[in-house]
Amino acid sequence: MSLELLLFLILFPLLTAVLCLVLPDHPIRRWVIRVSGVLIGAGAVYLLVTSYDSGMRLIDVPHEPVGMIMQVIVLAIALLVLYLGVRYRKPLAVGLILVQTALVQYFEFQYAPGLAMEANLFVDEFSIIMALIIGVIGSLICIYAISYMRCYHEHHPEIEDRRRSFFFIMFVFLSAMFGIVFSNNLLWFFFFWEVTTLASFLLIGYTRTEEATNNAFLALHMNLLGGIGFALALLYIGVTGAPLGLDRLVEGGAAVALVPAVLIAFAGLTKSAQLPFSSWLLGAMVAPTPVSALLHSSTMVKAGVYAIIKFAPVLSGTVPGLMVALVGGTTFFLASAMAITQSNAKRMLAYSTIANLGLVVACGGIGTYEAVWAAILLIVFHAVAKSLLFLSVGTVEHQIHSRDIEDMDGLIVKMPRVAAMILIGITGMFLAPFGMLISKWASLRAFIDAPGGLVFVLLIAFGSGVTLFFWAKWLGRLITRPLDEENIEGRVKTEEISVLFALSALVIGVCLLFPRIAHSLVEPYVLSIYGMVTQLGQDNEIIMILMLAMILVLPLTMLYFGNGRDRRKLDVYMSGRATTPDMHFKGSAGIDRQLSLHNYYLEGYFGEGKLMRIGVAVSVLLVLTMLELIVVPGVLA
Amino acid sequence: MAYMKRSPWIIHYDGSSCNGCDIEVLACLTPLYDVERFGIINTGNPKHADIFVVTGSVNEQGRQVIRNIYDQMPEPKVVAAFGICACSGGIFRECYNVDGGIDQVIPVDVYIPGCPVRPEQIIDGIVRALGVLEEKLAKMKEDGR
Amino acid sequence: MIAWLYGIAFVILAPLLGGLVAGIDRRVTARMQGRVGPPILQSFYDVGKLFEKERAYVRASQNFYILGYLIFIAFSGALFFAGGDLLLVIFALTLSHIFLVIGAYSVTSPYALIGAERELIQLMAVEPMIILVSVGFYLASGSFYVSEIAAYGGPLILLLPGVFIGFFYALTMKLRKSPFDIATCHHAHQEIVKGVTTEFSGSTLGMVEIAHWYEAVLLIGITWLFFAWNPLVAVVAVALVYLAEIFIDNTTARAKWGFALGSIWLVTLVSTVANLAVFYIGGMA
Repeated sequence: MSLELLLFLILFPLLTAVLCLVLPDHPIRRWVIRVSGVLIGAGAVYLLVTSYDSGMRLIDVPHEPVGMIMQVIVLAIALLVLYLGVRYRKPLAVGLILVQTALVQYFEFQYAPGLAMEANLFVDEFSIIMALIIGVIGSLICIYAISYMRCYHEHHPEIEDRRRSFFFIMFVFLSAMFGIVFSNNLLWFFFFWEVTTLASFLLIGYTRTEEATNNAFLALHMNLLGGIGFALALLYIGVTGAPLGLDRLVEGGAAVALVPAVLIAFAGLTKSAQLPFSSWLLGAMVAPTPVSALLHSSTMVKAGVYAIIKFAPVLSGTVPGLMVALVGGTTFFLASAMAITQSNAKRMLAYSTIANLGLVVACGGIGTYEAVWAAILLIVFHAVAKSLLFLSVGTVEHQIHSRDIEDMDGLIVKMPRVAAMILIGITGMFLAPFGMLISKWASLRAFIDAPGGLVFVLLIAFGSGVTLFFWAKWLGRLITRPLDEENIEGRVKTEEISVLFALSALVIGVCLLFPRIAHSLVEPYVLSIYGMVTQLGQDNEIIMILMLAMILVLPLTMLYFGNGRDRRKLDVYMSGRATTPDMHFKGSAGIDRQLSLHNYYLEGYFGEGKLMRIGVAVSVLLVLTMLELIVVPGVLA
Repeated sequence: MAYMKRSPWIIHYDGSSCNGCDIEVLACLTPLYDVERFGIINTGNPKHADIFVVTGSVNEQGRQVIRNIYDQMPEPKVVAAFGICACSGGIFRECYNVDGGIDQVIPVDVYIPGCPVRPEQIIDGIVRALGVLEEKLAKMKEDGR
Repeated sequence: MIAWLYGIAFVILAPLLGGLVAGIDRRVTARMQGRVGPPILQSFYDVGKLFEKERAYVRASQNFYILGYLIFIAFSGALFFAGGDLLLVIFALTLSHIFLVIGAYSVTSPYALIGAERELIQLMAVEPMIILVSVGFYLASGSFYVSEIAAYGGPLILLLPGVFIGFFYALTMKLRKSPFDIATCHHAHQEIVKGVTTEFSGSTLGMVEIAHWYEAVLLIGITWLFFAWNPLVAVVAVALVYLAEIFIDNTTARAKWGFALGSIWLVTLVSTVANLAVFYIGGMA
């Protein structure tokens, strides 16, 4: 049963992708996307229902002819990248793909036939969680993209309408992500990994403007570099005869698997946009919003941290593991600090994504059972809240024609429902009873007990303070309303709003169900790997739920305060100046002026350029140390 | 209840005074007179204030401001005109740019003349204002607000 | 069960204690300035008056946010005195302050906005120290639960002197004392109008005041934990700490926010690293 289901999840998005490619822009295609989205989500949920309590299961799929097909596709990808690299004159991409292909082909012919694989696919609680994220959130993003992209092309007539290939790549992306989380054979894992690299490259370059092309190649360069790390890991496995199966390799522990684990963690760092490699994710903002949402929440970057967490037991307690964790910790703090100076909502979200993934990476590098527990929850909560935020910003951008946070004042009046959903998303990212904060709390506890944990405790303590600042000021901006705005929400397409509703419900639902998710999925997984498990404590869970309930009930007091009955409305204090309702006042010499309010960005203290330089320097040092730590002993031996 | 009397918070506005009265008002906060004994605080913010203390006469520029500050004070509130200029315009009454006392713009409850008004007078004036404040509170409650 | 009673007792008694502390604070301040000062119960008179005033508003939603502020600050204090998880207490406290900030944002006033931004800077400045205090307690006593930290039995202050110094430094800001009262303070005159509370009047302002009382008691509670092994010492120590804060309040002028943020972070970093590193080095040996 599971086999069919896994194959369905991997192959069905592919079928949809092909349908999107061949069908013209017609209601039929839209319905295909909608129905497929629902089916993929349903498939993921069905997987949860049928296998959540059956632990880790290996599933045997014959390697051939699948391996053959993959081989062909890998070569095709290489040729495509080669062609594009030559066409756009990007020698670096050409060089990287040549090196990578050479490594992989060498492995394929020299070693792959000799390595026995017991099972190529597997499913465990962690992959169920990932499948749910990909299936449910990924599909919702695809459904959202239907009306978004139509709107997008209406707003941007200069951009060629290539929606067919857009949806094709989106669904291929989903398929590859399912492939990553279900692959036990590292060769398969690598194949799907490379597909996501290519898919993200094509999606970022969708608009084909010069900026988009450059940023797409930036992403490609970095991910190909990571891919080379992955290929080297495969080669190492081939040379030393270590198991090619993920399960056996991780069981082998640091003695067997440290070198491939570090190399794959390196690949994971590039894919999850950790610090020296963060710029590609920032550059990816040029793509249409659903792409950003997909890259940031449910796919791509999550593939990176998934790989690192899979190898967390191997990294745990090793010095290279500590280096991985330090890269993550540094990224968490610095990216959060840089987010303060951003007024572009998407860019701010990007920094926040990088920061939160940094926290996950830090947990993965520490690799204790507590840390992994926290990391998985971080992934879940981040995925739901971040996808909601990205899509909401996309919707807002289409209505107010700006993605600048400073332009979002009065949004609570202009687009009350969307603003409320952004509020839910923001609070979901940093406030107390919501998931991200629970997870941060859990990771703090994990760090305290880890050796050398003080550094991480400090990074997380200062990082939390900074996080607070940039989220809260955005929150405030939405609620500020200097003008008597009219409600323009009616212009938003019903479908977009429905997706946002679904995601908001998910953010709240995941928080309410958090103890259940932790007990039924995360804890069994951690238990099966470490033989130990952590818990938040039942009383704390109750308090959390209580707080959430209070927050949800509190708006009811608006009914009492809201109507302003028996109350007098006062004007805003403007030092005694009389002010009109839309905040005009007489300035000096009687000149008519309008009040405008702006947030603090503290550029002098948290300047992006300054911090980025520090961050890149520190993280390059850490990454190089990490790599040397595995290379030097190898050379000496 | 008696809270209103025990915690009068002030906002002080200088209409077009020569600053004589202003200095005296601030002198009340010094250790010698220490009006905080009576719970009096100089808030500098109409939203927090109960007593509107105005020094100096009204001129064209100040009209709107006085009105605005007065409007922004929550009920019950009392206006105290401190110094002869605030009461009637004083020696500046006939100036081309002076409209006269504060009562040209808003209803004044307590008039305390003097040039400048002395701190003892100021304290006395505020105590009188407290009586008015109490009355207004009682009336407000009667009206069911 | 007893724990919950403590929590409920806090919700009821903390405003009384907090109001009293605020009154004593003002009185002591006055004496330091050579004045007589207001009655000890002055804070209660003030809040009583505020609730007698007209219910006016600038934005109808402001009361909702301020109510949230009050409720969550009481909640976090109750959690603390019920012996709950210290980190959770801190997170609830942060949540409550976010409500205050959002309330200040919602009124759309230039002065309240500056106050809100400064309140956020204040939160950002103090948050690391507060988290590190709980980490320090955990490393020293082995638990995050207030009940267990309080029952630790030994003088935690001797294990955590550096953390205490950092906490004391940050406490100045938490209690809204000069030189770090950058968002709003109890004395006017060094204020950009009235910071966060500029647009709040009457009962709304009254709720803010009560929330301050709750917070003061909660902070006193955290200070107490350092000395909890001996109640007599604890009472004296807490009194001295508070007195010292009043003294600092009266002898310093308000600092710029940049200095406030920078110096608090620096003190936090130096004092806690020096102190907590001992636990890690000790733990490894």
